[in-house]
Amino acid sequence: MRARSLLWLGVAIAFLVFLDVAAPRLLNPYYVTILSRIGIAVIAAVSLQLVNGFTGQFSIGHAGFMAIGAYASAALSVFAGAAVLAAAAQVVPLPVARLAYFPVALVFGGLVAAVAGIVVAVPALRLRGDYLAIATLGAGEIIRIAILNIDAVGGARGFSLASPEYPSIDLRYESLAGVFGVALIAIAAISRLVYAGGGLAFRAVREDETAAESIGIATTRVKVEAFLIASFFAGVAGALFAHSEGYIHTNTFGFVRSFELVAFVVLGGLGSLSGAILAAATLTALPEVLRGLGEWRMVLYSLLLIATMLLRPQGLLGQRELWPISRLKGGGG
Amino acid sequence: MENLLQQLLNGITWGSIYALVALGYTMVYGVLKLINFAHGEVYMVGAMTGYYAAHALGLTQAPSLGALVLVLLISMAACALLGALIERVAYRPLRAAGRLAPLITAIGVSLLLQNAGQLVFGADPKFFPALLRSEEVIRAGGVAVSNIQLTVLVTALVLMAGLQYVVRRTRFGRAMRAVSYDAPAAALMGVPVDRVILGTFVLGSMLAAAAGILVGLSNPKIDPLMGLMPGLKAFVAAVLGGIGSVPGAMVGGLLLGVIETFVTAYLSSTYRDAIAFVILVVILLLRPTGLFGAPQTEKV
Repeated sequence: MRARSLLWLGVAIAFLVFLDVAAPRLLNPYYVTILSRIGIAVIAAVSLQLVNGFTGQFSIGHAGFMAIGAYASAALSVFAGAAVLAAAAQVVPLPVARLAYFPVALVFGGLVAAVAGIVVAVPALRLRGDYLAIATLGAGEIIRIAILNIDAVGGARGFSLASPEYPSIDLRYESLAGVFGVALIAIAAISRLVYAGGGLAFRAVREDETAAESIGIATTRVKVEAFLIASFFAGVAGALFAHSEGYIHTNTFGFVRSFELVAFVVLGGLGSLSGAILAAATLTALPEVLRGLGEWRMVLYSLLLIATMLLRPQGLLGQRELWPISRLKGGGG
Repeated sequence: MENLLQQLLNGITWGSIYALVALGYTMVYGVLKLINFAHGEVYMVGAMTGYYAAHALGLTQAPSLGALVLVLLISMAACALLGALIERVAYRPLRAAGRLAPLITAIGVSLLLQNAGQLVFGADPKFFPALLRSEEVIRAGGVAVSNIQLTVLVTALVLMAGLQYVVRRTRFGRAMRAVSYDAPAAALMGVPVDRVILGTFVLGSMLAAAAGILVGLSNPKIDPLMGLMPGLKAFVAAVLGGIGSVPGAMVGGLLLGVIETFVTAYLSSTYRDAIAFVILVVILLLRPTGLFGAPQTEKV
């Protein structure tokens, strides 16, 4: 078992290095950007799947946590990261310093979002069903409008990742290895969480909260845990987005984005990680694939979304997974 | 003080438009337990239909009450059809599929109407024709009431009274309340549940169309994305009043309109959009079923 894990780790690292080295040379920058957006959508989708699909809590304000991660990490980079990088560049080559700093910015974005996740979750999780959904929608919008009113991070002008004091330091960091590395970590972490023995707690809360409580599951703790992990990864996804785009605006993280993320998890199949990945990748690539249709593309996109839902009401994969991991310990397949 | 009364009046006018849209959300939620996210777009289509109807009939040059009523009726009829179509195509096939699948088709329909709207109507804002010549009709104690405000208020009141009559006094209204109370039991008693749901969408969409016309009258800039934020806030108003409750939606809409107007006038206009959601979160935490909703108990 150990040898196999190591083998998989090796394969993953080889894949990431290949992506990082080969993709920018083989593909034009447009495709690299789309790949990176797909990776970010996948991270956000699998994290939301933990809350909506596995724990049965319905959150429709997930983009708010992406916004927090994006703005927190961008602020760290602009107000502190640039100075640190400039100082470090005296000692080590700048690319090395950037490589070391980048994960710090991501984790910082994730942690701030996780704190926000707790702040939202602890009171909101007293609510059930639709009322929880509505509360998360409200929380997401409050986060967005609050950020819009902070002038230090640009307010309505948006926020550029450039430090006025250190104009020579490039704070943008577009790395497919970074994006897909985090995506793999998120997928591995969440699938281990929900498909290992203890993960049954999440699904028990989803199936029947009262019954779960009666057999000794601390339902509130399970729900807060799911929310915490989901908002952490949403924050990291936001941080990746901020650093690869180089410019962020609160409009990107409105309720429309939250709805899109919900569409990923429901269309993929609630309670299926591979379904969420599939749907996130397809729905993110689709508008680009349809670009040739000009102004008709978003019309066709929404028609396809409606048609798929009508044909597959249970989602593309239902509760199944494409890989056999769900069979490890009495999975949901 | 005079300023305060004037703001109160402005708030009530704006709030009555929210209330009309909120009624559609709350009625659909009542019968279907579905948050119909496409409802804001029906309101947009209502305003757009009014714009085109007024131009097609050459009513833009001759402002009169008759012209307004005509445009209002055309737009309500068009949206009644649209609402029925949405229900029939996007929600009815998913009746047995649980509650989340229709939520996604609702989001899909909302996206579809926004994007098709940009294609058909053009993405640029249009100016709703002045169907009434704006003039001041009442001035009492420093509070000025324009004929447009008066029209908005009277129209909204008439429509709400009409709705109240339909819900409380007609066979259809009784069927609607029965479905909302317990749909399977209503079906067993011979209530045609599917037809009642269709009728609910028709009613809600007509009210949204009226709201679209009234907003065009008092705030003439209209565009294909105009339904997004007001739609969401009308939904907040419905939750504030107690989702599923018809009088709740009316009171919630008026309250939200007044609060928003006061925040804009006395605090800061940048927080105008946030206040609705702050109210939403506070009301959910203190009294999740809203001002008029009955508390829920969970059966084990």
